[in-house]
Amino acid sequence: MSLAPALRSGPVRWERTRLLLSTPTFMVGLAILLFWVGCATVGQTLVDPLADDMMNSLLPPSAEHWFGTDQLGRDMFARVIAGSRDILIVAPLATVLGIVCGTLLGLIMGFFPGLVDDLLSRLIEAVLALPLLILALVALTALGASNGTVIVAIGLAFTPQVARVVRSAVMSERHLDYVAAARLRGETAVYIMVVEILPNILPPITVELTVRLGYAIFTVATLSFLGVGLQPPSPDWGLAISENYALIGGGYWWTVLFDALAIGSLVVSINLIAEGLNGALE
Amino acid sequence: MKLSARGGADDRSLAQETSTLSFLIRRLLLSLVTLGVLSILVFAGGQLLPGDVGRSILGPLADERAVAALNHQLGTDRSLTVQYLDWISHFVRGDMSTSYAFRSPVAPFVGAALANSLKLAAVAFVIVVPLGIAGGVLAAMKRGTATDRIITITGLSATVIPEFVSGIILILLFGIGLRLFPMTATAPPGSGVLTGIYYLLLPSFPLVFLLFGYIARMARAGTIEALDSDYTRTAVLKGLPWRLVIWRHVLRNALLPTITVVASQAGYMIGGLVVIETLFRYQGIGSLIYTAARGHDFPMLEAGVLVVGLVYVAVTLAADLAYTALNPRLRGALR
Repeated sequence: MSLAPALRSGPVRWERTRLLLSTPTFMVGLAILLFWVGCATVGQTLVDPLADDMMNSLLPPSAEHWFGTDQLGRDMFARVIAGSRDILIVAPLATVLGIVCGTLLGLIMGFFPGLVDDLLSRLIEAVLALPLLILALVALTALGASNGTVIVAIGLAFTPQVARVVRSAVMSERHLDYVAAARLRGETAVYIMVVEILPNILPPITVELTVRLGYAIFTVATLSFLGVGLQPPSPDWGLAISENYALIGGGYWWTVLFDALAIGSLVVSINLIAEGLNGALE
Repeated sequence: MKLSARGGADDRSLAQETSTLSFLIRRLLLSLVTLGVLSILVFAGGQLLPGDVGRSILGPLADERAVAALNHQLGTDRSLTVQYLDWISHFVRGDMSTSYAFRSPVAPFVGAALANSLKLAAVAFVIVVPLGIAGGVLAAMKRGTATDRIITITGLSATVIPEFVSGIILILLFGIGLRLFPMTATAPPGSGVLTGIYYLLLPSFPLVFLLFGYIARMARAGTIEALDSDYTRTAVLKGLPWRLVIWRHVLRNALLPTITVVASQAGYMIGGLVVIETLFRYQGIGSLIYTAARGHDFPMLEAGVLVVGLVYVAVTLAADLAYTALNPRLRGALR
């Protein structure tokens, strides 16, 4: 009996993978993301983003310093390459936290309609009246800024949104025969939610995961730019823009431009991947 | 109840009208509940997070008696329920308590900041709504072509780029490179309305990028659905000119869902302006919340956050009303 779904989904899954690999948007997104993941993994061993050289501060781009240098004479190319690391650790962890908490909450809400669902729905509605950024900003004010608190703040801010998606997915599964069968077998509520329903709502959760990852990168970068996210001396892109922003009036454009382009390329790559996945899972 | 030969049909439409009306009333009550819950959350956050308010204002070295006296003066030595009821009953009357940082009422600051944010948002919306709808309709009419793909992919990519990233690039390009626009959003004091709008143009562009994709996507989906529908086919088959088909049948139905998206984005936008306002040094509600959060000015923070939530709930409610009023299937209900 456990073989039947596997036999059915095997060729379908392969078909989906092949469809994904032949989608140009998905492949371009994947290539850019893999480039930045590569930089995040080995970047720090190839370049030193923290080596300062006060004699050579604020140099424009040249053959020696491709992206110029910043106020402390640190090489901007090294900092842009190494700047991919923290955001690619913090954003995925925040996303996973939000997906796990949101899925748990959504399963409970979808499975226990009535009082529990009503109360939690009102609470979620109230929280969702605030923009994600304001929620994270207020949470970080309370928690203090560090890599760990950024993960918690964004994860918690994602929870209600994920819960809403999972809740409606559970609602449409609840009345299907396999759930009724499990109930008749006398399975516990936890067993039915986790073993029976959860595997069947994985596709919408996967799409939610990629969409949330895009938002997480967006939000981590923005919080760092506002000074309440990642902290110095991290070469993080958003933080670098926040530190160097005051300089651009003086014409030192290279201290912010390459970081801005790096953030742009990363969020667009995640978006292209999400778009491709969404198309393949539909 | 009306009795007529077509009683069955009238009964049905009457039942539909009452159900639409009761939906709207239910919707209104739920909005009030949402606001109530939000106010409790905001208050709990603002009062519990700082711990001892007097201590956090006066610092760790202050005398115990001075801290107690300040707590008594601010009313923060009372029970939380009493404090909440006091706070919210004043809030609904427009009195948003006193700022820790400025030692003066919060309301005028919040009011001025909200007005500034609304101006910035208005400029962005006046640009992006027609642009987004035009882009979406064009993409739908040329479905599957290169034009469609370019509009869709550019729109979606622009949507995910943080405002400060596109803002920085715009400042470098138009503010510093070409010197077309000022680098700040705040016009010099005493300048006219047009100068004010001119100063708001560059800051509104990142918001236009952010919203274009959403609006165009909804407009495209709506138009495609309307183009494929039976009523469009009927209109074409009965010999109506193509332009009239588009205007009367396709656009009217296609743009309904777009209203909802525009409204929910507008609601979020008021609070989400914090980045643009910081980047362009503009005194709006976002930068007010940001400054209050960083300065631990909790009365200011609570008032700002609650006002942002209030605006969101009000705008989405208005959108639902507009949707009901414009939807031909529900139109009777509001007459």
